Amino acid sequence: MLLSDLKRNQLAEIKRVLPSPIQEKVMEMGCVPGTRISLALKAPLGDPIAFSVDGYYLSMRKTEAQTIEVKLVHEGS
Amino acid sequence: MKEAKSRITAALCGNPNCGKSSLFNHITGLHQKISNIPGTTIDLKIGHARIDDVDVKVIDTPGTYSNQAKSKDEEVALEIFEAQNPERPDVLIYVADASNLRRNLLYFSQLASYNIPMILVLTMMDTARKRGLELDLDRLQNELGVPVLICNGRTGQGVDKLKSRLIKPAFTCHYNFVQDAENPIASAYKSIDNLLTRTTHQKSREKLFTERIDPILTHPVWGYFIFLGVLLLVFQAVFKLAEYPMELIELGFDALGIWLYDILPANWIRSILVNGVIAGLAGVVVFIPQIAILFFFMSILEDTGYMARISFIMDRILRGLGLSGKSVVPLLSGAACAIPAIMATRNIENWKDRIITILVTPLMSCSARLPVYTLLISLAVPDTYVLGIISLKALMLLAMYFVGTAASLIAALVFKFFIKQRGLSYFIMELPVYHSPRWKNIGLTVFHKSKSFVLEAGKVILIVSVFLWFLASYGPNTEEGSIKPTEIEQLESSYAGYFGKTIEPAIEPLGFNWKIGIALITSFAAREVFVGTMSTIYSVEDEENIASIRSKMQSDTHSDSGLPVYSLAVVISLMIFYAFAMQCVSTLAVVYKETKQLKWPVLQFVYMTGLAYVASFVAYQLLR
Repeated sequence: MLLSDLKRNQLAEIKRVLPSPIQEKVMEMGCVPGTRISLALKAPLGDPIAFSVDGYYLSMRKTEAQTIEVKLVHEGS
Repeated sequence: MKEAKSRITAALCGNPNCGKSSLFNHITGLHQKISNIPGTTIDLKIGHARIDDVDVKVIDTPGTYSNQAKSKDEEVALEIFEAQNPERPDVLIYVADASNLRRNLLYFSQLASYNIPMILVLTMMDTARKRGLELDLDRLQNELGVPVLICNGRTGQGVDKLKSRLIKPAFTCHYNFVQDAENPIASAYKSIDNLLTRTTHQKSREKLFTERIDPILTHPVWGYFIFLGVLLLVFQAVFKLAEYPMELIELGFDALGIWLYDILPANWIRSILVNGVIAGLAGVVVFIPQIAILFFFMSILEDTGYMARISFIMDRILRGLGLSGKSVVPLLSGAACAIPAIMATRNIENWKDRIITILVTPLMSCSARLPVYTLLISLAVPDTYVLGIISLKALMLLAMYFVGTAASLIAALVFKFFIKQRGLSYFIMELPVYHSPRWKNIGLTVFHKSKSFVLEAGKVILIVSVFLWFLASYGPNTEEGSIKPTEIEQLESSYAGYFGKTIEPAIEPLGFNWKIGIALITSFAAREVFVGTMSTIYSVEDEENIASIRSKMQSDTHSDSGLPVYSLAVVISLMIFYAFAMQCVSTLAVVYKETKQLKWPVLQFVYMTGLAYVASFVAYQLLR
């Protein structure tokens, strides 16, 4: 699944960051394969989205979250 | 052992929001200035500290996440680390937010490859502990091979230790951060993860204040209400608090002018000093209170972390208009003055987003337009109250702010279709943890930004004021020793008067006569000069008394028809002209400096003044 499809309370692990002009930027912010990530906040209209990664909040646009492939670790409550 | 007096250069580096600036302020105190990196226009903060016998020069580099430059500021941060750079520092003080060590160490791992001795300083240990982090400091120090210190940016705890460590021999990092060519970032993170599993331990964590309050501040409904409330509060405070010092400054400059007028002999030197230089200086200095107070509130919003949330909730809306969430800061600053606002566009990474923000920011109603609006509104709008409490005049003023904001957003939308995209627009941004404002940082930010406003705007306004003084004092027929009985006759026969009359046919369709024409020309120094020019034209003795200018202007009638010159149509047309026209030479100068291309200030001048002309024309023709 893509990071943009992540729902509240779900925990995921990044599988890979798809090649795109922002690939490097996404990765240097800590989104590299193996990193745990969860949804933290959604701006009004559901875009941009803030994720909790490495214990900090990282905000990105929906289209940017679509360049990150994740796999679900657990569903959450 | 005491060394002989020597000097070393240290550079502070780290991610944005890591507490670097606080540390810089603690190390250097007030011994700091903003200066250019040789060969660039980027300003860096440079400070000095005397530690024992050593003079330490400290360079505060802009915060960045990696050595792959994304914005102009980040590019500069890296230039000074190159081996051939004469400014290359002797030691790097790398500041890392301990609550977010993994990401903070990425840039550290990249800087380690420059082979400059390093000191690692960990900040925000309190947040890190709340997040359940346990750190084996000795182990980390041994693994990296560089000193690791803990500092508290808020209290300054640990800074003395850092200072004494700074003058001892430093070492380059010997930890082997892997950076394979194929995937440098992922591999660097892998070696950081290895390092952190050996040196840290993650316990269970408590919920942070930030995590509790963010759902409210970014709420689809409450988020915008809170933002609007904060905005209203800030602007109310800016105008209320600035009133008194502004009045004092005006009185002070008036007194200075009168004093010089009395003690100097009546010649052109007196005239240029009093009517050119003093008047020009007054026009700059009078805005310092408003600008300083606005900067004060903006720095609080930024320092506490709230500004990032404003960008977060505004991004989707602004993106549709060709801007980005990061355009919020420049646009809001533009409501005080376009000059610092345009300088604030530097942290917008995308070129197109930045150019559009620069182009439309001067349409926001800056404080120089305020005296013009106040005079014109008092001319045309009666002293009545809507619903018994809301002043019609205040409502009109609010409408002018609305017109300016709407115009800048619409202009952005138009430019979105005409300016080609360069690079990708993105909004990958950290939402920093909330914390209470660090007053020392805020104080210094306000001081430095106000200073750069005075210097940037000051020199341009001064030159333009002196030039306009010349235009208003001399004319094609001025003879040596010729005495003009009144100021108005002198103005009429001056170059400015001739220009006013020359452009009269062009501005007549807008409802303006040659007198207004003169004011339009002199307004190029700064818009508020309109008021002073009007008082000269109508020979008002007491320049400060708006009521007397108003009554003179009100009684001015057309010689042929006997109808008042300042009808509602003319006043509205004039206000619209001032709302849209690019009449600020200092802003154009800053736009040129920031874009390094003449075409942008030229485009800005043409589109804004063209828009002003067309809009005023339509307004006048409809209302007359």
